[in-house]
Amino acid sequence: MAEAHIPHPDLPPPVSTIGVIGWLRRNLFSSPLNIVLTILAVYLLYTALPPLLRWVLWNAHWSGDNRADCPADGGACWVFIRVHFEQFMYGFYPDDQRWRVKTALVVLILSAAPLFIRSVPGKIKMRLGLSLLAIYPVIAFVLFKGGLLGLATVETSKWGGLLLTLVIAGVGMTAALPLGVLLALGRRSQMPAIQTLCVTFIEFWRGVPLITVLFMSSVMLPLFMPAGVSFDKLLRALIGITLFQAAYMAEVVRGGLQAIPKGQIEAAAALGLGYWKTMGLIVLPQALKLVIPGIVNTFIALFKDTSLVLIIGLFDLMNIVHNATTNPDWLGFSTEGYVFTAAVYWLFCFSMSRYSHSLEKRLHTGHKR
Amino acid sequence: MPDSLSTPAHKPLSNEIMIQMEGVHKWYGAFHVLKNINLTVQKGERIVICGPSGSGKSTTIRCINRLEEYQSGRIVVSGQELSNDVKQIEQIRREVGMVFQHFNLFPHLTVLENCALAPIWVRKLPRKQAEAMAMQYLERVKIPEQARKYPGQLSGGQQQRVAIARSLCMNPKIMLFDEPTSALDPEMIKEVLDTMVTLAEDGMTMICVTHEMGFAKTVAHRVIFMDSGEIIEEKPPEQFFTNPESERTKLFLSQILHH
Ligand SMILES: Nc1ncnc2c1ncn2[C@@H]1O[C@H](COP(=O)(O)OP(=O)(O)OP(=O)(O)O)[C@@H](O)[C@H]1O
Ligand SMILES: [Mg+2]
Repeated sequence: MAEAHIPHPDLPPPVSTIGVIGWLRRNLFSSPLNIVLTILAVYLLYTALPPLLRWVLWNAHWSGDNRADCPADGGACWVFIRVHFEQFMYGFYPDDQRWRVKTALVVLILSAAPLFIRSVPGKIKMRLGLSLLAIYPVIAFVLFKGGLLGLATVETSKWGGLLLTLVIAGVGMTAALPLGVLLALGRRSQMPAIQTLCVTFIEFWRGVPLITVLFMSSVMLPLFMPAGVSFDKLLRALIGITLFQAAYMAEVVRGGLQAIPKGQIEAAAALGLGYWKTMGLIVLPQALKLVIPGIVNTFIALFKDTSLVLIIGLFDLMNIVHNATTNPDWLGFSTEGYVFTAAVYWLFCFSMSRYSHSLEKRLHTGHKR
Repeated sequence: MPDSLSTPAHKPLSNEIMIQMEGVHKWYGAFHVLKNINLTVQKGERIVICGPSGSGKSTTIRCINRLEEYQSGRIVVSGQELSNDVKQIEQIRREVGMVFQHFNLFPHLTVLENCALAPIWVRKLPRKQAEAMAMQYLERVKIPEQARKYPGQLSGGQQQRVAIARSLCMNPKIMLFDEPTSALDPEMIKEVLDTMVTLAEDGMTMICVTHEMGFAKTVAHRVIFMDSGEIIEEKPPEQFFTNPESERTKLFLSQILHH
């Protein structure tokens, strides 16, 4: 008779493979090439980091209110940013009306907060997200523009700074995604007319530089308009950016649509689901989840592309900072200005990237094996 | 293994015709896939279709719920003739359930959501009621405990039983099976066939493409043999297996039964 099998007791792993030493060994010193690369990287950090820190932090000037407070001693002049900070945030939005922008921000943060809380169920998040998408733009528009409910009108030409950047990016994203989805569906449609229309649209907008689109929207479009009819400059830019990015979005989404097996559509059809329900309930949820990285990539590109509106004279964050650096009172601080701008852009783009990561993880139900 | 399947009683069939295919022809481009398919299926009748690979078995049953178009002939399902009208096709598909070789469950939805989806969105049942019904069918296919899992967490046999439950949730009059067990490991085939036998016992009208000859012998009223797009032979299983007429059928049977 065979004896019952008794498994050996688990032994601890060798010391050299765990802990700090194990980590260092595996990640930094695993081969001669890696050893060389590690030493090289340490050397580069050693030479580059101290001067950088000196400029950004140790020697930097923080207090004061004019350029005399920033002697040229190899430190950044953050006074320049501090003095202009409000302007960088709001552009030429009237001082006494800025509370409206702040209110809109607080409303947004409060109402969107549940979306970022892990314990809130997905279904509720979905509903909240969709209603926010529908309602918030209206609230924000009324608050920003006014002329209603006793609020003084603030023309869009006065909007600027980070506010304007966020308005353009926000509208661009919320409009480009659904439009891109429709274009992608259209491009895969069985109906030749719709297909041709979508292909033409996508290929046209992908084929021209955004800067031309913006330029044409502000310079050429008015030429075709009947005299006296004027279109808001910001609106034209928004339309241009949205259509442009929608074309990119469409191709990203199409990639996702193509990855969904035909069997999914057949199974949905066999259950009696029609085209829109099949797409909305079966295909798009899977396809969009697959292309979250691509969608966020497009969003990030869109966010940064908003800075091109300076070409048509809108004062977004980039342009307003640029404007401040040319102020005769503050000449010579463009480095500080652009570093600040870059940091703000980076902060937003990086947050989007992190959020998409967590979203991908949370939505993962594939359990492939 | 087939011997262990219980035999559903062959009750006398009513004379109500559920499916009628008349002179159906289909081409893929220049390739003539279906050649003059004539088939009448009565209410409660169970048909098994077999034949070599590429003979048009899948295409035939996929025409019945209009997953495939056909170029000539007519098909009447449950009293309605198939047309090009999208609404009418969707109407007919509600009455016809289909189970696929590769299950085609929706991986982003739980088992329960998979089952309740069509009742909610197509039959417009309230969610509570749809989910209660889904649970009932999951119990019938013996996996109620898996209701909250995602399809990717189930074995192949379990997935196929979910797929069957999902179809049943629409209360179809007809069930089509396209090689439901051929993507499964041997030990899972039986659990799926058993589920299909219980369906048969309840008097479901079934058309089943399969090479499980044990299932055909015990469950089918008629076995249909197809080759290169034609129905070659059509007989009750006793005669089909013991006394086939055509040489092609004999050859096919000798290949499939002797290994
Ligand atoms: N979309 C298509 N385009 C062109 N030919 C096709 C298409 N689908 C199937 N065919 C061909 O039609 C014939 C019948 O296919 P069908 O899937 O009905 O065969 P089958 O009997 O189900 O075979 P199997 O047992 O392998 O599933 C095959 O020769 C196949 O190559
Ligand atoms: Mg087949």
